[in-house]
Amino acid sequence: MTVASLCDVVVATGSFPLLSGVNLTLESGMTYLITGPNGAGKTSLLRLLAGLEVPSRGSGAVLGFDICSAERRELRRHVGWLGHETSFYPDLSPTENLLFAARTTGADADFIPSALERVGLAHRAKVPLKSLSAGQQRRVSLAWLLVRRPQLWLLDEPFASLDDEGRDLISQLIAAAQSSGATVVLTSHGALPAKTNASSIVMVGGRIVESAS
Amino acid sequence: MRLVLLVAQKDLLIERRSRVLLWQVAPFGLMTLVLCGLAVGPNASTQAKLAPGLFYIVMTLVALLVINRTSQLESSRGTATSVQILGIDPGAVFLGKGLAMFIQLSIVGTALLAGTTVLLHVPLHAAILTLPVLLLATATLSLAGVLYGRIAASSANAGTLLPALALPAFAPVLIAGERAFSSLITSGPLARWVWLLGVALGAYACVGLLLYGALEES
Repeated sequence: MTVASLCDVVVATGSFPLLSGVNLTLESGMTYLITGPNGAGKTSLLRLLAGLEVPSRGSGAVLGFDICSAERRELRRHVGWLGHETSFYPDLSPTENLLFAARTTGADADFIPSALERVGLAHRAKVPLKSLSAGQQRRVSLAWLLVRRPQLWLLDEPFASLDDEGRDLISQLIAAAQSSGATVVLTSHGALPAKTNASSIVMVGGRIVESAS
Repeated sequence: MRLVLLVAQKDLLIERRSRVLLWQVAPFGLMTLVLCGLAVGPNASTQAKLAPGLFYIVMTLVALLVINRTSQLESSRGTATSVQILGIDPGAVFLGKGLAMFIQLSIVGTALLAGTTVLLHVPLHAAILTLPVLLLATATLSLAGVLYGRIAASSANAGTLLPALALPAFAPVLIAGERAFSSLITSGPLARWVWLLGVALGAYACVGLLLYGALEES
């Protein structure tokens, strides 16, 4: 089953193109690795798939939602996002952040304690997010993915700023997502841990130059 | 309505944690009120006569601080993306943030109003009677503030852009609030100013509900 299909999509900031003529089809249950140099458009492609970027040309659908229309907002509720910046509200604790996210999206808040336990943050569940390290803050975003259980996981440089334990955790979560039938799309500068099987997508200058299983 | 309350509750919880209102905004407002009293001079009747205008100028400055603070909550790219991914209805975000701002400004506004009776010799009965008008003006400032705060937040110079954008829009609220307060002191006509504030509140509510989603996307 096709999870996402993009046809000749262009995304631009002013006159500067972030993505140029992108054609892509993503299949359900697969894992995709997007690689490329800095400025290749990896993050922009992920943001497009998340409904966070507006195409200035072309067409496409992700999880059945038209990314060129207002359906983008609805799409966002069905994807899981792990960016490389600090997420959520720094003044709130991990539990409070996840409770807010769960209550506003209708996700089951009962999963929050076990999700924080799984990412190794049970002991820091009630301290403000800003007092956690960058790696720990990323784990809170991971915990949200576990609570949300999205159909499409979009992970931007998921192994960056993580220690070995954190990298193992991400690998385990990707494997769990794969076994549950979710589609995972991740970006990386370097090689992935050996356990991660992924189809490769290579980007250069806002274009997909290679896409192979 | 549930989403509106959740967004408001979240903003108020963040405020409770950071205590910016208590330790920064409220003292700023009271100090400005004291300075206004000193600038006008010791004559009690002059102070009382000018008090409504001075009070609303201080309220406007305080509102700018609260708006700036509230709009900064989602200003970092990571936080903004996380919140966008939740896909919360923009109308609920607009009203929720407006409600949280209204509660914060009402608390500070009431404290400042009490301050005008002590520092600027406003009759107590006029201060009490103007409280409902103050709440109406505060609600209007809050909804307008959420809108202009959102517009300014998309700029790298949000702190300096916000006053330039918001102060002209706040002028009618400031004038109507000041005239209503003066009317309560001098027993002048009140209804037209209350009506003006009501119209402004309705207009900002409609504009915000229509445009906030587009502003979030821009």
